Amino acid sequence: MKKRQNVTIKGTKDGIVLHLDDSCSYYELKKELDEKLSENQRTQAERQSTPVKVDVGNRYLNDAQREEIKDLIRQKKNLVVGEIESNVVTKAEVDKLKAENEVVTVSRIIRSGQVLEVPGDLLLIGDVNPGGTVIAGGNIFIMGSLKGIAHAGVFGNDQAVITASSMQPSQLRISDCLNRAPDNAQNNDKREMECAYIDENHQIIVDRLQVLIQLRPNLNRFEGGH
Amino acid sequence: MGEAIVITSGKGGVGKTTTSANIGTALALQGKKVCLVDTDIGLRNLDVVMGLENRIIYDLVDVVEGRCKIHQALVKDKRFEDLLYLLPAAQTVDKSAVTPEQMHKLINELKQDYDYIVIDCPAGIEQGFQNAIAGADRAIVVTTPEVSAVRDADRIIGLLEKANTIESPKLVINRIRNHMMKTGDMLDVDEITTHLSIELIGIVADDEEVIKASNHGEPIALNPNSKASIAYRNIARRILGESIPLQPLEDKNKSVFGKIKQFFGVR
Repeated sequence: MKKRQNVTIKGTKDGIVLHLDDSCSYYELKKELDEKLSENQRTQAERQSTPVKVDVGNRYLNDAQREEIKDLIRQKKNLVVGEIESNVVTKAEVDKLKAENEVVTVSRIIRSGQVLEVPGDLLLIGDVNPGGTVIAGGNIFIMGSLKGIAHAGVFGNDQAVITASSMQPSQLRISDCLNRAPDNAQNNDKREMECAYIDENHQIIVDRLQVLIQLRPNLNRFEGGH
Repeated sequence: MGEAIVITSGKGGVGKTTTSANIGTALALQGKKVCLVDTDIGLRNLDVVMGLENRIIYDLVDVVEGRCKIHQALVKDKRFEDLLYLLPAAQTVDKSAVTPEQMHKLINELKQDYDYIVIDCPAGIEQGFQNAIAGADRAIVVTTPEVSAVRDADRIIGLLEKANTIESPKLVINRIRNHMMKTGDMLDVDEITTHLSIELIGIVADDEEVIKASNHGEPIALNPNSKASIAYRNIARRILGESIPLQPLEDKNKSVFGKIKQFFGVR
């Protein structure tokens, strides 16, 4: 019987896809990949660089191994490694991913000097008093009034938004943008049901809550409904 | 077994000591056995406000360090029959002379003999504050209708909530000037209460009599005719669990025309 191939190369419109078998040992795989790529190189004309996608199936690669594979491919001419796809992720990665996509509900008042930090979205049932800070990796939804500081998308998510039933913040921060209340705020008009987001000019805009329906359709998590 | 109440504010100068002295006095007037504890070590003045400065022999630090028994350090208030005592703070050392554990032990000992222990807390959030709240069961936060005082009160409430041995703090708004509240130049009572969102236990009008009385070493609560005195007495009764409506803030001495209007029931 013919020996099963551990490395399969497929050409697609967007470049090359390397399917790496997940049942052989890593060492074998590396060796075969090196050989395959070396022979392949001769047949290819020296043209523009070709993007490469790597699919490792059900094999888990740690960071060092990923780098090794990438280096191996990069050494060959004309090949540019895009991404390495794997069906396997570690528990830690999943936990992190889950935390970042979770809405954390907190029911209390964030008082002066207190800091509340969550990795994902924050739903606060209560107020943020002046001097208090809320920080979230995702969006911040405040059911009470926001009078302190809110920082959404703290890991650099420009799409994050901040909403509050009563919007009187001392500072708003989204990703790396910052906006603060005017120094002589004399307007006593009620700022109710408002939201803050980053617009195309990379400025924080405060507007009616309803504009988000158009601007951030990805806030929807509920599929269906009639 | 008595109850320990800490009087705190965060910000200095809002009237913690005056409030402590008067709540203690008012509770004693209600027939409760009260011990006032000054935890402002190094900057004591509850004894001055109570007019007991001359009688201090031992102080809180002496007790904690075992140089004397508790009852030797307690200063008895002669105006009351065996109801009101003061445990004065030391003046020669600073706040680090006592630890929260020592305070906790001390307050627990006092609770055996007294109905209420009123603890006067120093300003700030450092060790002095930690000492003061260590043995407390309840807390009263004093603030004035100023943004800075309310901000500090908010911070203090946060810290009190974190130390979850204390039941939810109550609020006293001190030094209210009615005419300024009316014109909107001062935060009003509702605004402060909703902002801090804790239960209001009393409001005290700004009254020159309070300063006068403090300087004479006689808590205003002893004077039954002053508005501030009634306010403090009401706070004491609310601490005892009575339900008493808040005093109206309007000035009593209306104009002649106002009196006539009132007579005819015109508002």
